[in-house]
Amino acid sequence: MTTPTKNLTAHFELDHLFKIRVFMDHGGYQALKKVLAEGTSAQVLEAVKKANLRGRGGAGFPAGLKWGFVPKSTDKPKYLCVNADEGEPGTFKDRYIINHNPHLLIEGIVICSFAVGIHAAYVYIRGEYEAVARRLEGAIEEATANGFLGKNILGSGFDLELRVHRGAGSYICGEETALLESLEGKRGNPRLKPPFPAFVGLFGCPTVINNIETLANVPSIIDHGPDWFLAQGRPNDGGTRIFGVSGAVNKPGIYELPVGTSLREIIETHGGGIKDGKKLKAVIPGGMSSPILRADEIDLRMDCDSVTAAGSMIGSGAVIVIDDATPILDVLKKVAKFYAHESCGQCTPCRLGTSWMNKIVQRLAAGDGRKTDLDDLLRLASNIKGRTLCPMGDAASMPVLSIIQKFRKELDETVKN
Amino acid sequence: MSRAPSAELLIKIRELAAHYPSKQAALLPALHLIRNQRGSIAPEDERAVAEVLGIKPIKVREVVTFYTMFNRRPVGTYHVQVCSNLSCSLAGGDRIVDYLKAKLGVRLGETTSDGRFTLTEVECLGACEAAPCMMVNFDYHLNLDRETVDRILGRLP
Repeated sequence: MTTPTKNLTAHFELDHLFKIRVFMDHGGYQALKKVLAEGTSAQVLEAVKKANLRGRGGAGFPAGLKWGFVPKSTDKPKYLCVNADEGEPGTFKDRYIINHNPHLLIEGIVICSFAVGIHAAYVYIRGEYEAVARRLEGAIEEATANGFLGKNILGSGFDLELRVHRGAGSYICGEETALLESLEGKRGNPRLKPPFPAFVGLFGCPTVINNIETLANVPSIIDHGPDWFLAQGRPNDGGTRIFGVSGAVNKPGIYELPVGTSLREIIETHGGGIKDGKKLKAVIPGGMSSPILRADEIDLRMDCDSVTAAGSMIGSGAVIVIDDATPILDVLKKVAKFYAHESCGQCTPCRLGTSWMNKIVQRLAAGDGRKTDLDDLLRLASNIKGRTLCPMGDAASMPVLSIIQKFRKELDETVKN
Repeated sequence: MSRAPSAELLIKIRELAAHYPSKQAALLPALHLIRNQRGSIAPEDERAVAEVLGIKPIKVREVVTFYTMFNRRPVGTYHVQVCSNLSCSLAGGDRIVDYLKAKLGVRLGETTSDGRFTLTEVECLGACEAAPCMMVNFDYHLNLDRETVDRILGRLP
């Protein structure tokens, strides 16, 4: 078999890849068959650990480590929650995976569940993705009819029930503990950690929570081996990533590229460069909550550790490109409004801070800025950061801090005028 | 017209609850069912769902008011939800919002007097590669400009 360079999007050009027959004609469900016929859960766990598969949802936590935290012997049921909330502004890759290749995701889900000893899994999908949810439900039906889901999968004695659960419009439900609360039928208020979901998760039971793209990578690790996977990416961060490029580029879209591909290459080569002959001004490299980068900071390897070292984060791999005709205040305006709208209201610094920041920014944008506004924003953002239960406080403050720090001169001019 | 949900709807909600280890977990699916069938979620719906799922009505109210997709007031036949987040605005999304307001003659959150359209501004819909975008009920419409907006709204029955 030739070694593919794309693990997830290789056959996306096929119209009916979402049908199980087409998926299987292109090597689908081979990894699962292999695991159930000759593998042990320990071997799968070891392979995923060795592959250094890092979470593709935002935090970049190693998936194998996360699975390994779940207690092996427990008298409670264990659950898998698959995060398809995809609410981080700029992110749309999981929609592509489910629409084009839902069986790859299902295969990954079953392999993960086998490795951890899980018999019930839920895909939590944002409510707006109704058509995408139906696509996945269709695939689940097909997979069940073909013996890849349900009771006694492929005669192995392993059972797994998989259900699609729709969210209802809330950014915070992409945060893993808010997702659990939401799935339990409550407001999406994040939980205090510890206890971590691996021990006390859904319905109080040990739970794995992984992003769609993370799980969709698992079959290729089994098919081709962890060394192959690792070699595609970086030593501490294996495989490929689907970068979602949007904003002021000629060719917005998804690009599956090796982990560690440079941000410049993503923007200039794959994204086709800046639209309308304009110049690059700034990039948000990993979804709205990742700190902004200036045009001179894009010679950067896009892997978890490199982007963190550059003072930002790779997040969901959502690259939002901003051209030099866009006032930076316009960007700040969208950022401030978004977090003020999405704060769940549980922690005071976030609830009050995000709406206070938004009021100041909207006032600035309306031409009513005060001399102290920018420093007030810096002070407010610093007082939210690190002072909330969940990462949303940081998510709301980091973009504001980085935009003001990196574009202070322009903003000072704006305030003055 | 009575607002109490039909017996048939309540049976469906009971069936949903059987799929989860805790009945309350069926709350979001149940509210989607009601919202999709009845257009909005009324206090009578909240009480009925609470009873079926064995939770206090306030727990239902908490959830209904938390999530943006659960509207408590009726919306028009066509709910136009237009994204104004960053990637869309970089592609002219704000101008689409303004155009829709002018075209429909409503402010954000309002319904046209003939009851056909409700216009809402929403956060990122996850279609940033085809910005600007909007939803009309559950259908996504991508790469919008004035002409496509005219065409999309014009061909609605």
